[in-house]
Amino acid sequence: MSLFPTIFLRLLTTLITLFGVAVIIFVIIRVVPGNPIAMMLPPGATDADIQRLQALYGFDKSILEQFLIWISDVVRGDFGTSISLRQPVLNLVLERLPATLELSIIALILAVAIGLTLAITGTRLRGSRFESLIDMTNGIALSLPDFLWALLLILLFGVLWPLFHISGRISPALDLPFTSQFYLFESLLRLRLDLSLDLLSHMFMPALAMAIPLAAIIGQLLKQSLKETMHLDYVTLSRTKGYSENHVIIREALPNAILPTLTLIGVQFTFLIGGTVIIERLFSYEGLGNMAIDAVINRDLPLIQGIVILFALIFTLVNLIVDMSYALLNPRLRHA
Amino acid sequence: MMKPFLSIKNLTVSLKSSKEPLLRSVSLDLAAGNVLGLVGESGAGKSMIGKAILGILPQAVEITAGEIWLNDQELLRKPAKERRKFIGASTALIPQDPLTALNPSRRIGPQITERLVDILDWKKDAALARALELLNEVQIPDPERVMHSYPHEISGGMRQRILIASAFAANPKLIIADEPTTALDVTVQKQILHLIADLQARHQTSLLFVTHDLGVVSKVCQHLSVLYAGKVIEASEIRDFFKNPKHPYSRALLAATPKYNDPASSLTPVPEEVIAEVEAEIFAPRTECSHVN
Ligand SMILES: Nc1ncnc2c1ncn2[C@@H]1O[C@H](COP(=O)(O)OP(=O)(O)OP(=O)(O)O)[C@@H](O)[C@H]1O
Ligand SMILES: [Mg+2]
Repeated sequence: MSLFPTIFLRLLTTLITLFGVAVIIFVIIRVVPGNPIAMMLPPGATDADIQRLQALYGFDKSILEQFLIWISDVVRGDFGTSISLRQPVLNLVLERLPATLELSIIALILAVAIGLTLAITGTRLRGSRFESLIDMTNGIALSLPDFLWALLLILLFGVLWPLFHISGRISPALDLPFTSQFYLFESLLRLRLDLSLDLLSHMFMPALAMAIPLAAIIGQLLKQSLKETMHLDYVTLSRTKGYSENHVIIREALPNAILPTLTLIGVQFTFLIGGTVIIERLFSYEGLGNMAIDAVINRDLPLIQGIVILFALIFTLVNLIVDMSYALLNPRLRHA
Repeated sequence: MMKPFLSIKNLTVSLKSSKEPLLRSVSLDLAAGNVLGLVGESGAGKSMIGKAILGILPQAVEITAGEIWLNDQELLRKPAKERRKFIGASTALIPQDPLTALNPSRRIGPQITERLVDILDWKKDAALARALELLNEVQIPDPERVMHSYPHEISGGMRQRILIASAFAANPKLIIADEPTTALDVTVQKQILHLIADLQARHQTSLLFVTHDLGVVSKVCQHLSVLYAGKVIEASEIRDFFKNPKHPYSRALLAATPKYNDPASSLTPVPEEVIAEVEAEIFAPRTECSHVN
């Protein structure tokens, strides 16, 4: 099987990438101005106090020394202690990660669902006057970045017509039986659909804001490749067998047309996850992104490092999964 | 002639944009169990006729007049969904290019059996057995393995056999073969031709055979229609046609067919009077306009 060395190679490059990210982020946050210790001490603290704490956190050593200490700890699974929250970075980060993952996945599902609908509807309407309506919808969706959609959604559905929650992850009044931080996943497993619904109605606005631009990109690219595929002989042949236009599009054309879109979704999904940083802030959603902003404001170096490494890890994993599903969906690659 | 199974009456197909007709009042009849050859030069509209019957005309064109009767039912007046199912259940297409006519991401098996199961409501087992039976009939070695293969694992000649098996599997009353051998290697062309003729005779299927090879027509067809610039200019029985072609264009066509055992024969151009006759009609509206001016 040729898949095994491929995976091994990918894991190796993943490790190298992560190391590179670690070096860069480590250096950058120590070069930019702003002293984390000064920020955590009350205004009256003396220089001596600052010196003492600097030494405690190891900030008095050279950057190279600091890096070597940190990286050897990381290899042993110790990401240090957050300066502002005074807890192990690993615990903090892992506690927030599920919220961000759930939000990103819901956003991705929304984006794919809307994008597919746009592409398939557009393909059905191809050649008619209404096709341009789909193109226009795509164009509008693409004209604003996710955080501006977020503001628009907050204004429309939070302020003007308060239909959806625009703040937090779950209603504070609810009793939470959860043992993990994967609230949505767990509530579905426990069949507590009331909680699932509450979680989803909190996620809907932020997820939609992240989904809209991605949905438009998916819709545009997929419609293009679907339209090209619809001219191919096997699609025509399937039509002569008595199948409906929907069936022909979805079963014959889609599996062959979707490959380029799939790669694109992979790349864009990492951008979408990156978008959680601002989106979570705007919707006061208790996730990793929101924590990242606090960490930067507080110059919480260990926490920033931990969050960045985790984001980098997620990005490379997503890319790996996309590449593998690409091979699975394309029989010619699979047998190569 | 027996009562025709397929009967096209005054079919006109035009470009949506310019209203320019691509088929001009085409009529043809095909009796049940017979083979009708459809010949004509490239661009004459042969494929367009097949597409009109199967309901797969390109988006840029539309049917502006005419009727298509299949087994005493008029297709064009049927509601779209009903027509689709009716066509799927009673006709099949043998396409020109076997390399592009199978879906590359699906296994061969379901591509043969799907019509039986989804459109004709056969049981899965029965459809599977039928597909294997047909693959045997078209002399595919190891049909079970082929059913599990993807198209790219099969050679072009084999794929055309598979498409032929797939076309005959549902016992269609009418098969449209649109130049089924032109994309193939010369060495396999003959085998595929024999195969189609053989299956047609055995299953008593009506066959509309599109080609520009008169040699092929003389071997497989009982009747033939000659198409030129979207018009049927001659419809004859095969014997009459080769003995005594009525239309000057047909004579030119016959003369242009290379006789391999006669090196002295050379290509004959389309006779001037034919071009003049057809063009007179095509350009008539414009000529009238120019007279007005
Ligand atoms: N998709 C299309 N849109 C517009 N016009 C088309 C389209 N396909 C074919 N035509 C036109 O219709 C006419 C008939 O084409 P058709 O494909 O039926 O010819 P044919 O007799 O099958 O030729 P060939 O032997 O090359 O297959 C041609 O003039 C062609 O330019
Ligand atoms: Mg053709």
